[in-house]
Amino acid sequence: MKVAVIQFPGSNCDLDIFHVLRKVLHVETNLVWHKNFKGTDYDSAVLPGGFSYGDYLRAGIIAAHSPAMKHVKEMAKEGKPIIGICNGFQILIESGLLPGALLRNQGTAFICKWVKIRNETSNTPFTKTIRKGAVLDIPIAHAEGRYVNEHDGLRELNENEQIVFRYVDNQGKISENSNPNGSMDSIAGICSLERNILGLMPHPERASETILSPFSDSDGLGILSSLAQI
Amino acid sequence: MALEFCPHLLKSEAPTLDLTKSLKVNLTSKELAEARRRLGREPNETELGMIDIMWSEHCSYKSSRQALRTLPKTGKRVVVGPGYDSGVVDIDDGDVIAFKIESHNHPSAIEPYNGAATGIGGIIRDILCMNCRPIALLDSLRFGNLESGNSKWLFQNVVRGIADYGNCTGIPTVAGEIEFDKSFEANCLVNVACVGHGKAKDLVLGRMDRPRDIIVLVGGATGRDGIHGVTFASRVISEESELDRPAVQIGDPFTKKLVIEATLEALRTGKVTAVKDLGGGGLTCALSEMSSKGGTGVEIKLDAIHIREEDMTPYELLLSESQERMIFTVDPEGQDEVLQVLEKWNLPYSVIGRVTDTEHLTAKYLDKVVVDVPSKLLTNSPPARRTAKKPKAESNAQTPRFTNPINLSDTILEMLSDPNVATKQAVYRQYDHEVGTRTVLKPGDADAAVLRIMGTVKAIAVKVDCNSSHCYLDPYKGHAAAVSEAARNVVATGAQPIAVTDCCNFGNPEKPEVYWQFKEAIHGIAYMLKGLKIPCVGGNVSFYNEDQRSGRSIKPTTTIVMLGLIERLSLITSMAFKRADESIVLVGKTFSELGGSQYHKLIGYEGGKVPNSIISRERASIRTTIEAIRRGYVTAAHDCSKGGLAISLSEMAIKGNLGLTVDLKAVPHLQSMKAYEILFSESSARFILTSPESQTPKLLALARRLGAPAAKIGKVSTSDYEVTMGKERLAECSIRHMREVWQKTIPQAFEMN
Repeated sequence: MKVAVIQFPGSNCDLDIFHVLRKVLHVETNLVWHKNFKGTDYDSAVLPGGFSYGDYLRAGIIAAHSPAMKHVKEMAKEGKPIIGICNGFQILIESGLLPGALLRNQGTAFICKWVKIRNETSNTPFTKTIRKGAVLDIPIAHAEGRYVNEHDGLRELNENEQIVFRYVDNQGKISENSNPNGSMDSIAGICSLERNILGLMPHPERASETILSPFSDSDGLGILSSLAQI
Repeated sequence: MALEFCPHLLKSEAPTLDLTKSLKVNLTSKELAEARRRLGREPNETELGMIDIMWSEHCSYKSSRQALRTLPKTGKRVVVGPGYDSGVVDIDDGDVIAFKIESHNHPSAIEPYNGAATGIGGIIRDILCMNCRPIALLDSLRFGNLESGNSKWLFQNVVRGIADYGNCTGIPTVAGEIEFDKSFEANCLVNVACVGHGKAKDLVLGRMDRPRDIIVLVGGATGRDGIHGVTFASRVISEESELDRPAVQIGDPFTKKLVIEATLEALRTGKVTAVKDLGGGGLTCALSEMSSKGGTGVEIKLDAIHIREEDMTPYELLLSESQERMIFTVDPEGQDEVLQVLEKWNLPYSVIGRVTDTEHLTAKYLDKVVVDVPSKLLTNSPPARRTAKKPKAESNAQTPRFTNPINLSDTILEMLSDPNVATKQAVYRQYDHEVGTRTVLKPGDADAAVLRIMGTVKAIAVKVDCNSSHCYLDPYKGHAAAVSEAARNVVATGAQPIAVTDCCNFGNPEKPEVYWQFKEAIHGIAYMLKGLKIPCVGGNVSFYNEDQRSGRSIKPTTTIVMLGLIERLSLITSMAFKRADESIVLVGKTFSELGGSQYHKLIGYEGGKVPNSIISRERASIRTTIEAIRRGYVTAAHDCSKGGLAISLSEMAIKGNLGLTVDLKAVPHLQSMKAYEILFSESSARFILTSPESQTPKLLALARRLGAPAAKIGKVSTSDYEVTMGKERLAECSIRHMREVWQKTIPQAFEMN
């Protein structure tokens, strides 16, 4: 398994995810400058968080039109696993690899805090070791993370079991207070119809070592360790 | 990319100054005469502008440097002391920490969003210049009372500026402090600090040592923004300051992120010999300081600079403070390698000249020499002689006879809702404080932020602190206590304090009363640093913080950034109560010191005795706490300061979601103190610790041995916050209610009007 962490100008969680994959999970991982990225060299790609191209125009949109994303699309077609975290999720959506849109948070401000998300399906390469219904501690840090979709789009996501994570409260229940950004249906992460592309707003790489967690857990590791096992 | 089109290349001669808008020079006639004498001729207009900038208070420290010399600057961990872009401290195993704080008060008071944002931009570059990766930001903010529309506007926009800029650069904002006081109504304080990590062997210094090295100007294109920002910062804020709005630079955090990565990558080539950021004073300041330090000179071509506005004069090119720019000096043999890195990051640059051995700063425009001045003339301004006079003291006012409030519970709740005490969660939630995966103790978890050092078992603790109310009533004692409080803040997380950097914020130093405050402050800081054996590795001075309309200065405020080292990750300690039935131990004695306290603020009194920070007491309490943490006696630790025992206990309870029972009779205190005095006194040298029952006797024995008064004052409980005096019940509140009150104030300040 060889993973590429693709660096765009303005990526800023690239070193963090690289650290977890390399030093915590011991997965063969390269940091790859977007211009040098070739999909054929890798088994999987991660689009890290940050503010690619300053998030000018709209979060993720400029990176979405980069040649690197053509390679990512090729990889996706071949069924290779792709993860987009935060700005990476925004790029996946802007490039059409995942449906819907991510808008400015309800309340408009940037939010950095630990939240709880519930795993809604174990039927993805990224969550196959996580029990359905399991509640994970994980931080978010974004200003544009409010997931929206059309009525039919949402219905399809539900029918096809593409909603992977939802924001929940301490008891694992969906509530208005547990939804930090106003996402429709409390959506925190979704996958593609073919299930090999995952986009999520929370940061699993920030929740992969017990020392960083206020709860002394490492729930993000469950998501990322999938890359070690594929 | 080197710019393909530079409009000024098409011109046949340098654009000239519009003489109708002729130069406003702030130099005194004496200074002007001195400049002529040293130069041996009349300076031309451009040169005059450069001297004016470099001899301004902001660049030259002409009023402050004599006093600053008294601060202790040496120690076995000091790698780079004051005088460079940032101080650098050794944290063993070849690792070093660079850290620095700077004020951006004047720009923020006029244009809060960009003022605060560019303050961060500047401080990040200072760390980068040493070849350290910026790993944390801190900010220390002061505004007028929140009832004022102007203060609310400043507060909202400063926070937004910090969030938008800091978050984009990928550097976490991990700690800070905010005070609200009417003295900051017109002149808010925005002090921003950055911490960087690097290797001792990789450090570079911002000095030009090697003639023939190539000078490259890297980053944003040069425009007219920020011209004379420095002299603007060396003046008092007035109605005319509105006209200074163009002197506030515009920030571009995306370019900053590219500058960060490109600079670190360029330095990895080993071909970059020095780096310096362009901040106040622009090219003039950077080039003269770098060459002056190295005993060299420079020759640059102004027409080679990449610009974004047409017809810029030599004067404007040399003094522009456009953001996101750096100067590199490059080994001629490595030029291509370095430029390739800049091209990879799509970062504009221009090769503007060379280091020389002339010791002069020479600037040409289209091969015509337009500036030729000795570098040292610019960097060595004549000192300004200031006189100090103790103000007719409100500070000696007698404390009136106070009695216990009728209902202490209500007083505590009221205090918790005061903006100075209420949680700043609504602020720090807007800052990405997690990026970098180093932040172990996050904002709100403890008295200081704790960051792990990747690949080691070590961590650092950082905090910025000052109490302006104490400093106002007694600048000497107040500032001594600011140092000791900042030290206690890092100690409470399990760290040994190892160095500080400071940021002085005062009124107009030409006023003897203000200059007296400044001198007293520095004496107080020096006293405490020497006593605690902590070196000061850098600092920043901001004068002229006053409102011309009222003629009032701000309260004197020197913010102290304390750096602490934690040897093992297992020692990291937070402030939340952990388990019911654990003992609550107070270390340090409580005196009747309510001057400048939250309690006095609440009852509208300004005066009285401020906490007296005595070295022997501070050392005993600090040693006790560090040693107790090392031995594993301690489960939670909190510095006991703002709001006194009452508030410090509340914070530990709210954060742990546990209650407490405390008996004030058990508190080591001066005889004949009233209950409210014990509860609300802000005496220095105190910590609140919790420990399991079984460890408490050992903790108390340790304190006795180290000479710190200490006592078990109560227990953690699962119910309410209960304070008694023997059998008498004094206060009882539910933790849930306390939390609600404590949480609601600051979000209200963010609501739209």
